[in-house]
Amino acid sequence: MRPVRVRRSTLPYQHTFGLGGSSLTLIGLMVFTGVLLMLAYEPSPERAYDSVIGLQDQFLFGGLVRNIHHWSANLLVAVVLLHLLRVLFTGGFHGPRRFNWVLGLGLLAGILAANFTGYLLPWDQLAFWAVTICTGMFGYVPWIGEWLQGMARGGPEVGSATLVIFYTFHTTLVPVTLVLLMAFHFWRVRKAGGVVDPRPPEEIVEEKPDYVSTLPELLMRELAAALALIAFVVVLSVFVNAPLGAPANPGMSTNPAKAPWYFVGFQELQLHFHPLIAVVVIPALVALALLAIPYLRYPRELSGAWFLSGTGRRTAVLAATVGLVVTPVLILFDELVLQPGAGLPSLAWRGLVPLVLMGAAVFGFRSLLIKKFGASKGEVVQAVFVLFLIVLAVLTVTGVWFRGPGMALVWPWGVGG
Amino acid sequence: MTKNREPVETSSSRRGFLGRVWLLLGGVALAEAVWIVSDFFKPRRRRATDDGADSVIVAGPVDRFQPGSVTAFPEGRFYLARLVDGGFLALHRECTHLGCTVPWVAAEDRFVCPCHASSFDITGNVLSPPAPRPLDIFPVRIENAIVKVDISRIIKRQSYASSQVVRS
Repeated sequence: MRPVRVRRSTLPYQHTFGLGGSSLTLIGLMVFTGVLLMLAYEPSPERAYDSVIGLQDQFLFGGLVRNIHHWSANLLVAVVLLHLLRVLFTGGFHGPRRFNWVLGLGLLAGILAANFTGYLLPWDQLAFWAVTICTGMFGYVPWIGEWLQGMARGGPEVGSATLVIFYTFHTTLVPVTLVLLMAFHFWRVRKAGGVVDPRPPEEIVEEKPDYVSTLPELLMRELAAALALIAFVVVLSVFVNAPLGAPANPGMSTNPAKAPWYFVGFQELQLHFHPLIAVVVIPALVALALLAIPYLRYPRELSGAWFLSGTGRRTAVLAATVGLVVTPVLILFDELVLQPGAGLPSLAWRGLVPLVLMGAAVFGFRSLLIKKFGASKGEVVQAVFVLFLIVLAVLTVTGVWFRGPGMALVWPWGVGG
Repeated sequence: MTKNREPVETSSSRRGFLGRVWLLLGGVALAEAVWIVSDFFKPRRRRATDDGADSVIVAGPVDRFQPGSVTAFPEGRFYLARLVDGGFLALHRECTHLGCTVPWVAAEDRFVCPCHASSFDITGNVLSPPAPRPLDIFPVRIENAIVKVDISRIIKRQSYASSQVVRS
């Protein structure tokens, strides 16, 4: 997995923050705790919830094992997202690393799939309704929607067949796929000659790069980081319990019914667009854009330096500011002006028209960056990415803290209850 | 596959033939595997309402339901709505957006979905998005002043029409 010798310049922790290694550590923790959980868990609607309770009461540190699994899963989503940002903002997707960006996105999708299939298993209210909603979304995929939904649920509704399907995916298919993809991902990193050099290309002039032995220089650092992370997860799991709501009740949705935090931004999107747009079109466009990032033609492939350059930094800050201001304004505009008395959401007015307007706005933003800042292609791509990232962040924050019963907008500090 | 280095024409074509046979067998094996896998994933259509025995729910005498009221029937997964003019509608309790159950909020005179804030009036019409169509309905029959609802057949509709309402 590692070459015998690595470049000294790639070693400092601040260069990568050890995010890739942290992801691997967390996945290791999850495999370990996951196997233990499988011994105690029974995948049937009648027994699932009780077996989770039994796990916490009857097994030695059963609750702790479940907590570690839960918090590792949540932390893993955060860590891989940060890893993606680190790679993007240090330009680590050019040249030989292009395909590895695609593999990384595949891993991200796999990790989200693992989380998604995992949270049905406790069979509590949150699990049941989150999965009802998500499999409900499959129904909006054109042409194959109903077939896809029937296949995911194993029947017309979320029930015992769904639980068995999700259990199988969660415990075998998804982890095996992840392990294979990870092996491929790490091999490509090694083929590319390790992580990107953190210096601008002009500074890398030495004839013989300064190499050091992987053992102990790199491995000891990685081991220390991994142990620190494991310690953190265990301490967190000792003090904070994984949530377990009331047992699933197919007759009564929880109010408000919120997705886990990493899907809340997506849920918030559902409130503002026609389902076909919010479920299918926007995610498909975003996925395509992400996949395309390494394959656009860049006149100059900058990698290594954070945010590429001074212009890169300035345009990224501008994009973030725009996203921070515009998104809440749009949410409020839709909530207060457009929605009351809107009736049926038409595909045109709650779908295509706003989508085209927003697309035009992004295009205008791109022109502004090129004209005013003289931004290069890499910097424009980065700024547009930052814009979308901040939009997603604002949507997530809105969904997590500013939505109350009935998904109405509320103040998180509870003005008037 | 295309190593046509053999000088003799017949040998090369025999090799090509065997190659095609292998390809064909591989294709057959793949098709079988896909068939078996897809059969394992086929939705199992076992449901209490499918055998037809309990598919009709007897809601009760017409007089029991006040005009302008909504009564929940959890066992049939529907609400029986009696409109102000005395007509009946059996509304499926699942939101047409993504399938959450919609509680009736009497104070606001509407169904409000807890998942994505869709709301519906007493006839199931959409008051606020994102729900793309009115609540689904079940056929209602009134026999001898008794309201009965057939929950084996779910009716999707694009809009509310007064012909959907059953009057005694």
